[in-house]
Amino acid sequence: MSGNGMTDGVTISDAAKQAASRRMEIFARRHRFRVMEAVPWVVALGAFFAFPDYLALGAQVLATILYALSLDLVLGYAGIVTLGHAAFFGTGAYAAGLMAAHGMGEPLSGLAVAALAAAAVGFVTGSIILRTHGLPLLMQTLMVATMLYELANKADSVTGGADGLQGMVVKPVFGLFRFDLYGRTAYLYCLGVLFIGWFVVRRIVHSPFGRSLTGIRENEARMHAIGTSVLRRRLTAYSISAALAGISGALVAQTTQFVAVDALGFERSGNILIMLLLGGIGRLYGGFIGVPLYMIAQDRFAEIDPVYWYFWIGLLLVLVVMFARGGALGAAERLLRRRGGVDS
Amino acid sequence: MTGETPALETKALRKSFGALTVASDIDFRLLRGARQALIGPNGAGKTSFVNLVTGALRASGGSIWLEGADITHLAQAQRVKRGVARTFQITMLFRGLSVLENVTLAVSERMGMAGDLHRPAGNRRVIIEEAFALLEELGLAEDALRPLKELAYGRQRLVEIAVALGLKPKVLLLDEPAAGVPSAESGVIIETIERLPEDIALLIIEHDMDLVFRLAKRITVLVQGAVLVEGTPQEIAADARVRQVYLGEKGRA
Repeated sequence: MSGNGMTDGVTISDAAKQAASRRMEIFARRHRFRVMEAVPWVVALGAFFAFPDYLALGAQVLATILYALSLDLVLGYAGIVTLGHAAFFGTGAYAAGLMAAHGMGEPLSGLAVAALAAAAVGFVTGSIILRTHGLPLLMQTLMVATMLYELANKADSVTGGADGLQGMVVKPVFGLFRFDLYGRTAYLYCLGVLFIGWFVVRRIVHSPFGRSLTGIRENEARMHAIGTSVLRRRLTAYSISAALAGISGALVAQTTQFVAVDALGFERSGNILIMLLLGGIGRLYGGFIGVPLYMIAQDRFAEIDPVYWYFWIGLLLVLVVMFARGGALGAAERLLRRRGGVDS
Repeated sequence: MTGETPALETKALRKSFGALTVASDIDFRLLRGARQALIGPNGAGKTSFVNLVTGALRASGGSIWLEGADITHLAQAQRVKRGVARTFQITMLFRGLSVLENVTLAVSERMGMAGDLHRPAGNRRVIIEEAFALLEELGLAEDALRPLKELAYGRQRLVEIAVALGLKPKVLLLDEPAAGVPSAESGVIIETIERLPEDIALLIIEHDMDLVFRLAKRITVLVQGAVLVEGTPQEIAADARVRQVYLGEKGRA
């Protein structure tokens, strides 16, 4: 049966059986946790103690990593190209912001409402635009975000328009931990939410659903041919991703107690894409590297060259695309493979 | 055989794009367990016929029946669930994924587990074992964990068949299964097709006449979107019209 004709009695077929079960075992274990996966959390906790003066910035970094993670789910896994992810970030930010501005400042319920609102926007717009692919899809994601941006801009009686949403009062987390001036609560709050978000996304990408998303990314026509309802699966992924982006926006709103209309802006969609590309897409951890890298680079470049710092970010990106395809993680993977012995 | 419901049947199946007709009133029957070939010169509408049957193309008229049930208005995914599977003329696989993953995607879709968000895919041992057994049958076990794109093209053609078999089809449409494969490797593909389970009704769309005469017990000749003739390989080989069509086209037969 197994191809090679030399069946020399029991020993060879036993060896073949062992090889088979070993291969299946490797395949079945791909979702198990590896030691390396603890590194981001150790670093994040270490940073809490090592940089007490930077915790407010740190909280923004953590919230933005969740945003990058949500983008990775649709772009890196499902292969949905988007330049309008800020639509969901901003929806979540305004949802949590409006609640806190109207006396409902309990943070966790704010996150829940933000997630639902963003998921609803994702579901409704996705069911229309996900029928397209490539450039038309890219343009439509951009349009959705632009329309929401203008809506928030015009509806200034509700959103504060270009002045931003003022007057948010965010209550203590669990009714116990106030958001302090140093950003301690904000940092740990964001870290906790990011951890849960990461756990959920990790579970999704290793589930049969997540694997089928990768299938859609790799060859959509074949997924149709094996009986997948591709649109429904893309829409589910898009809605989940929207919910996570909404939570990220809510985190930023709650920890800064302010929502600017920029939360829905094009830069919010574009920059996160750059951060994810820097770290590496489709790898779950791209944001964990790309977001801090970008934010630190931005900070450094802005100090060295306050006028043209964006040029240097652009140069960094060009270099990554030319020499480190797959971002920082892609480069690291190739290095490890060259050293030998990394199985898929 | 008499009075048996065919595995697949089309009645007056029609498809046109504006003035261009790619299928005109095709009446076609594929019996259970059939080994049948669909041949015809380039542009005869063979691949269009496959696309109509699988639902990738919507028919302009006529009907399609699977084991006596009308599937004309079913979407592609639903037809697959009912048992219509296909392979592609140009390999259409998940190039970045491992060979085993290529097949598990099909198996878990068939089992209706592919929409599951909760448990890890690796915990579904039934799926992995079934996919691996398929690879073993096709002599691909040693390549199971390799990324598909690293395989030689002939081996990729075998994975193409394995993915379709993972769907446990009743009707399997093989679109030029040996296309693009060096002749030294095509023998393995032909042997694989010969060993396919007997209860699958096979329709092989082919250019290569050696392969057709070796595998098919019946042959349908398609010319300009219409069935020219159907018969046993001997009848087809002796048919004057078929010769004319093929000799007119650089004497391929």
